[in-house]
Amino acid sequence: MSNIPETGRTRRVTIRLVVLQILVLSLLATLGGRLWYLQIRNASVYTAKATGNHIREVVEPAVRGEILDASGRILAGNETRLVVSVSRTSLLQQKDGGKAVLGRLADVLGMPAKDVQEKVRLCDAKTPQPCWNGSPYQPIPVTKEATTQQAMQIMERREDFPGVTAQPTAVRRYTGAEGANMAQVLGYLSPVTDDEVSKTADKSGLDRYLPADQIGRAGLESVYDRDLRGTAGITQLEVDNLGRVIGTAGTAAPQTGNNLVTSIDARVQKVVEDNLAQAISDARNTFDKVTNRNYEADSGAAVVMDVHTGRIVAMASAPTYDPNLWVGGISGKDYQSLNSKDSNFPLLNRAIQGQSAPGSTFKVISTTAAVEAGYPLDGTYACPKSVTIGGREFKNFESESFGSITLERALEVSCDTVFYGLANDQWLKDGGIKPKKDPGDWFFKTAHQFGLGAKTGIDLPAEVTGRVPDRQWKQSFYDNNKDAWCKQAAQGGNSFSDQIAKENCVDGYQMRAGDAANFAIGQGDTLVTPVQMARIYSALANGGTFYRPTIAKAVISPSGDLVREIAPHEDAKFPGDQKLLSYINQATAGVITSGTAAWKFAGAGWPQDKIELHAKTGTAEVEGKQTTSWLTTYSKDYAVVMTISQGGTGSGGSGDAVRRIYQALYGVDDKGAIDNGKALLPAPQAELPKFNADGTAIVKPAAYTVDPAPAGVAPAAVTPALLDAVQGGPAPASAFLDPPQPTGRPAPGTAADAALEPNRGPGRGRA
Amino acid sequence: MTSYGSYRQLRLTPQRSGVSKALAKDSPLWRLDWILLLAALALSLGGSLLVWSATRGRDSLTHGDPQYFLYRHLTNLVVGLVLCAVVIGIGSRRFRTLVPFLYVGVILLLLATLSPLGSTINGAHSWIQLGGGFSIQPAEFAKLAIVLSMAVVLSDQVDAGEREFPSHRAVFRGLVWACLPMCIVLLMPDAGSVMVMASIVLGILLGSGAANRWVLGLLLAGAGGCVAIWKLGVLSKYQIDRFAAFANPQLDPSGVGYNTAQARIAIGSGGLTGKGLFHGTQTTGQFVPEQQTDFVFTVAGEELGFIGALAIIVLVGVVLWRAGRIARQATDLYGTIVAAGIIAWLSFQAFENIGMCLGIMPVAGIPLPFVSYGGSSMFAVWIAVGLLQAVRSQRPIAA
Repeated sequence: MSNIPETGRTRRVTIRLVVLQILVLSLLATLGGRLWYLQIRNASVYTAKATGNHIREVVEPAVRGEILDASGRILAGNETRLVVSVSRTSLLQQKDGGKAVLGRLADVLGMPAKDVQEKVRLCDAKTPQPCWNGSPYQPIPVTKEATTQQAMQIMERREDFPGVTAQPTAVRRYTGAEGANMAQVLGYLSPVTDDEVSKTADKSGLDRYLPADQIGRAGLESVYDRDLRGTAGITQLEVDNLGRVIGTAGTAAPQTGNNLVTSIDARVQKVVEDNLAQAISDARNTFDKVTNRNYEADSGAAVVMDVHTGRIVAMASAPTYDPNLWVGGISGKDYQSLNSKDSNFPLLNRAIQGQSAPGSTFKVISTTAAVEAGYPLDGTYACPKSVTIGGREFKNFESESFGSITLERALEVSCDTVFYGLANDQWLKDGGIKPKKDPGDWFFKTAHQFGLGAKTGIDLPAEVTGRVPDRQWKQSFYDNNKDAWCKQAAQGGNSFSDQIAKENCVDGYQMRAGDAANFAIGQGDTLVTPVQMARIYSALANGGTFYRPTIAKAVISPSGDLVREIAPHEDAKFPGDQKLLSYINQATAGVITSGTAAWKFAGAGWPQDKIELHAKTGTAEVEGKQTTSWLTTYSKDYAVVMTISQGGTGSGGSGDAVRRIYQALYGVDDKGAIDNGKALLPAPQAELPKFNADGTAIVKPAAYTVDPAPAGVAPAAVTPALLDAVQGGPAPASAFLDPPQPTGRPAPGTAADAALEPNRGPGRGRA
Repeated sequence: MTSYGSYRQLRLTPQRSGVSKALAKDSPLWRLDWILLLAALALSLGGSLLVWSATRGRDSLTHGDPQYFLYRHLTNLVVGLVLCAVVIGIGSRRFRTLVPFLYVGVILLLLATLSPLGSTINGAHSWIQLGGGFSIQPAEFAKLAIVLSMAVVLSDQVDAGEREFPSHRAVFRGLVWACLPMCIVLLMPDAGSVMVMASIVLGILLGSGAANRWVLGLLLAGAGGCVAIWKLGVLSKYQIDRFAAFANPQLDPSGVGYNTAQARIAIGSGGLTGKGLFHGTQTTGQFVPEQQTDFVFTVAGEELGFIGALAIIVLVGVVLWRAGRIARQATDLYGTIVAAGIIAWLSFQAFENIGMCLGIMPVAGIPLPFVSYGGSSMFAVWIAVGLLQAVRSQRPIAA
């Protein structure tokens, strides 16, 4: 090994020393190899772990964009509130789990201790609302309405309130501009759930939900959430092993969301809401001779549409609620109340989610279908007081008869027997009970061409389709219900419904003469939504174009620049020719002057010679319930549709309310005098509002501040309701906020059921 | 590195031709193994930077002075160097005569540790507080005592020319000498140090040329001892937990396995060149516990990367290579045994410590020689360097 003299060392020792050194070398080589494996081969894995270890993100929520009306009035805005939040993490560090702190906090805030505790508990499958469904690490807001004094008490006694903070924060405020409520159209916000946060964790920008985010859950807030939300600011803090902050790795300031300009006019909206509420309250004071009790008038909806674009000027749904209930987290009591049968599900937007048989308002479709099927427009048709079809007698309303009349007159006076006859004739031509291979089905086909049985595509969530009960639907409905019908039939009962079940069990899939007849006058299984009808009558007004209904007009940046415009969209064209269209327009104008609505319009002083209106009334029968009132109307610029469930006849239930809406739009008084200065919106607003440099809209001061509610109507119906509903204070218009419990109505399983199938029943042979 | 003891060596050295050349070659400093010395010094100075980085943010330890541990580490190093110089000055032969006194002194210190004078850190009753923030860990010096006492006992007859190899009797006596301090340390209980001592014994048996049966017997005894320790429950719960966490690192990532997981994250995230001194996120965030002592290698791994961490391993390798050379070239068996014992000691400690940081060895409270913060450890290893230099200085000048 070496040339050094060997003293005291034998060969054995030398060999042993070499072995020892080889052993040492191999140990060190092992370390080197492992070092390479960790630092070179797997460096990226550990780098990621190290980042996750020491970076904590603190989210500063962006200020949400505003929702504006057509003139720039703020419908949904923000206001600064003192938010008191509680950190669960620090509560759990306390001996009693924070019970004492929460108790003291409840005292300071003047809330019951139980309410505070419920607000900060975490949601899970077993915990009912209220509970916190956000991240357990994010501070949980207990109240967003703390007073300065309360905030001072909390912040000055830090040691008594560990984990409690009081900070000014921008929170949503539904302003109720001009007194308009619009709860269902605007929608509401709620915090993102843990699930949503973790599912979007690997995304970026607007696709990623952050723990502090509030996102739109309904209405415009939901559909335009990505525009409104803005980008939250994220500060990446470097923390040590105990979570103490030791530095900042990066900051991104929050970016305010874009503003949304809608076509809604807050003043018109207010008028429509008031008049819908008034119509409902009037109906409840009206005696129904058929059922021998006052009308229930359990719910209703109204839509005002710009016929040239399909834009919604106003949309109301009753019953309604205060959208500000959602701000700061809804209380358990309020949430339950909003989802209960007692309140009749005010979260539903019945203008797009309420569906019922259209009754005679459907006859413009039947007329078009008849003409398309080849029946001459100027021919005459018999209008006896009743006809017998399929062994059953089909009567006119109140058994009227008009002799031999034109189609136009049949539409004007709403003669059912003319349409029964036409439908039966068509049904026979299509082969009757044994349909030919390729039946014409003109009535069903035309209904589809008018957009029924399908969503209109309005920019609101959860729109329903309604239903065209054609052959296809009959078959699938039979397949789904056959077993239940046959079971009922087998029990051998003798009631009306047992008989129907017996019939249905045998041949429920068949399109029978009665079905066809019922369909022609908008009864039976037909279902439509108010917004579908507004679109159809807009098309009649604008020369035959079906526009897609829209509420949003444009997205505007926080600095007031146009981000994108939501242009009108043509979906379809009126299937008939212009001659037919003018014929229908003449007939619907006749309804105002001498037809079923005359007593509420021409007869009530409407200046038809100056401002021509058109209308069709509908009184839809619902098995086991009072009639649904429909009134579909249009001027040259607006279509106004109102419907009231269990509200009586079309003109009787909705006539006054719809006329008053027109009076407000055009500035017409009760005597028929027109004052342009008092007109809210004599023509739809085409331009977008102008914006200041700071992004706020320039709202032109109204020449005339409106009190559109005529004498006798509950004063300032919505404003106090909006504000007092929280405190449970008296509200003159609370009739529609808290309607009497509907009776004689099949118990709906969910809110959606109630809206989807309001008139489920055999629905045949009664009209 | 002046050493008055070297003059004696100088006189024994044969004269070389040429005065100036002789002066250079025969100067006491020339006789030192400078490669060994510089490698050990590089490790200690590098260690001071790593200790500094690991502690400058730990206010609870530093009392607000970020350089506290840097200065303490450098102070320890200076004391270590002085001790090293003293040992070199005393010289190998004379030091041999002092071994019995040293041995008795260490045993007394160890016993004092077990008495109420001792204090407990991390579950082991292995410290003596001296006041003023100073404390000593006698187990570190016990390692030296074992090396020296066994070297004396085993080399006695051989160096006297009576035998070619240590007799069975001598080996037995040596083992008894080694056993006494090991048993006391085991009672603390400080199993980690006992493992180091066992490896020292193994290294000495190998280096002394003791019969193969002793080497094999020791290995068997070691295995049996491990089983016995496990079964008899001598180990405290934290030691068992640490071992269980090594066997299954995913066992409890936030509890027992936390240290090793965080250590591996620190090293792995360093990559090739590291995050730069003072810029390691795991280090500044204090995610690795005991980072200035047992886990100091993770600082190198994270902040200096593969290059820096490998440099430490290479420097340890250089120290051990030089020590091996000294063992082979020693003029008597005593010197060979001392060097072999030190090689076994340092190599086992380095492997166990770095291996534990890298997740290939169970966690044990064993410092990385020269690098880890700790006075007793620093003094002991620098005394060891002094012993190696003294052994080397004894041989005649050659190549």
